[in-house]
Amino acid sequence: MPVRKRTLALIAYFILLLLPIYWMFNMSLQTNADILGEFSLVPTDPTLTNYIKIFTDEAWYSGYINSIIYVSINTAVSLLTALPAAYAFSRYRFIGDKHMFFWLLTNRMAPPAVFLLPFFQLYSTFGLIDTHIAVAISHCLFNVPLAVWILEGFMSSVPREIDEMAYIDGYSYPRFFLTVFVPLIRTGIGVTAFFCFMFSWVELLLARTLTTTDAKPIAATMTRTVSATGLDWGLLAAAGILTIVPGALVIWFVRNYMAKGFALGRV
Amino acid sequence: MSLEWMAWTLPTATFFVVIALLLLGMTIWELRTPSVARKGFLPIDTTRGDRFFIGLLGSAYINLAWLGLTGLSPWFSLLISVVFLVAVIRYG
Amino acid sequence: MEKTPNNKAWLLVIPVFVIVAFSAIIPLMTVVNYSVQDIFGPGERYFVGVEWFKETLSDRRLHDALWRQFLFSGLVLLIEIPLGVMIALAMPKRGWGVSVSLVLLALPLLIPWNVIGTIWIIFTRPDIGLFGVAINGLGIDFDHTASPLDAWVTVMLMEVWHWTPLVVLLAYAGLQAIPEAYFQAARIDGASAWATFRYIQLPKMRGVLTIAVLLRFMDSFLIYAEPFVLTGGGPGNSTTFLSIHLVKLAVGQFDLGPAAAFSIIYFLIVLLFSWMFYQALQRVGTGEK
Repeated sequence: MPVRKRTLALIAYFILLLLPIYWMFNMSLQTNADILGEFSLVPTDPTLTNYIKIFTDEAWYSGYINSIIYVSINTAVSLLTALPAAYAFSRYRFIGDKHMFFWLLTNRMAPPAVFLLPFFQLYSTFGLIDTHIAVAISHCLFNVPLAVWILEGFMSSVPREIDEMAYIDGYSYPRFFLTVFVPLIRTGIGVTAFFCFMFSWVELLLARTLTTTDAKPIAATMTRTVSATGLDWGLLAAAGILTIVPGALVIWFVRNYMAKGFALGRV
Repeated sequence: MSLEWMAWTLPTATFFVVIALLLLGMTIWELRTPSVARKGFLPIDTTRGDRFFIGLLGSAYINLAWLGLTGLSPWFSLLISVVFLVAVIRYG
Repeated sequence: MEKTPNNKAWLLVIPVFVIVAFSAIIPLMTVVNYSVQDIFGPGERYFVGVEWFKETLSDRRLHDALWRQFLFSGLVLLIEIPLGVMIALAMPKRGWGVSVSLVLLALPLLIPWNVIGTIWIIFTRPDIGLFGVAINGLGIDFDHTASPLDAWVTVMLMEVWHWTPLVVLLAYAGLQAIPEAYFQAARIDGASAWATFRYIQLPKMRGVLTIAVLLRFMDSFLIYAEPFVLTGGGPGNSTTFLSIHLVKLAVGQFDLGPAAAFSIIYFLIVLLFSWMFYQALQRVGTGEK
């Protein structure tokens, strides 16, 4: 039966997908000496010291809090600004629309290394260095264009007749948008929210450049696990496992939006 | 608010002013007489704005190719790229 | 149906434009300014014209890095896009399987890029890593620190492992947005699975696949942290991609001018290819040439 084969292939893929993550988990439960000592499929002497260190050392757990703050701001700003813009791009023709649309994406195309210095200077000029807002706004550079592009794709697949029907039924513009249109593209909103969260969450260069202590992100804290004795692999792996958790929660909450497509009959 | 760190030079300032004026000019032209997509010597249907973009991107590559392949003054390639830009917008 | 011409739609776009332009335009101008000067420190800079561009364009190591980069991004697209679409098609449509699949897919995407490289160092070590031990157990002599081919295979594996889920998520969301009525119609017509895919699912996925192709092209072309942490660009220069070369120039030697010129050329290459991909994907399947 072909369906069976398909499911087996999917399960095989997920097992391969999980192997490196399992290995990270395995490492996180061991001390450095155990990791580098000998090969073992399961930790021979499991320990929670790495996790305890992260939860008790402020330098560590504040990194998570900082990241969660600016990533949430960024995701909210990206979605709120991108929704009306994507609607404009999908429904109207206006001067420079195609060029504006493509220009947005060009902001993801520059190699960041040399841009970091002017970025630092620009945000210093506005006195924003080491604030969550600075990181959130700078991440809009690549997240807002992505959000506009993804949302525009989903909005364009909603037939325009629906807009017209709603107007005939006497819906005001904001009411139509919130009660009719947004539910129709919730698959797209779910995937957009997750992508904005994800790209902001893993971005390191800008976040590290624009912060020093008060808003220092977790990814930057992790680069400091190098000590005199070399890299603390176990601690790094534990921190890595913990970085997965918030994003996994996000996708858990948006999963229902992605699981069901829209049914046209309901409008 | 000091912007000294932007490290401006006269040539780059001129460059950006020219680009900004071109964009402004294209917008006004488009508002006055909106263009429709048509087929010229380029392989795809283009509006005037598309041809402007293709012309600018092409000009950048003409200048880079000139610098990489010949040792001659970049003023020649600048001249060639202006001719190219005009030709693409008019006939592309 | 035609879009309505309405220049007032600009009002809906302005917030996006302002927030993006704030971070986009001034840094870009500054980098262009850097690229025509020799910069020693604040206030100490000299105009050098197109010197850095000339130097960059005739740089042998850059040419090598560029071809390597094209090969890498080409392989990434050829492997990840079809694989991602196939996995998305195999995923369950409803039920608890959806939630589990989505969360599992998200896991690799959520690990910071530098950590991914670090984990893969251990994961592929022939003495203590799961992958290294397993592959050597199969009798294959594998060591990515010594053999350029092994280094490439490792970096590609890591890349495919890390980023295919992004293609799957996009393709899956695109599939879920197709109204059920289309499938019912296909079933009544007795369409084969392939015909359903070719004439219903693929055309409806064009939007999300365009984004997937562009995203994977841009991000793989700009890839830095993962291969750098894993291989350091070696052995030799075999995995020195463009960004690794650029950072060596910008940070290693602190040559701001040449690095800026390099960045601009780099940006123009990404811009040209993204634009061509976009144009091509816009026209696929619409009957327009």
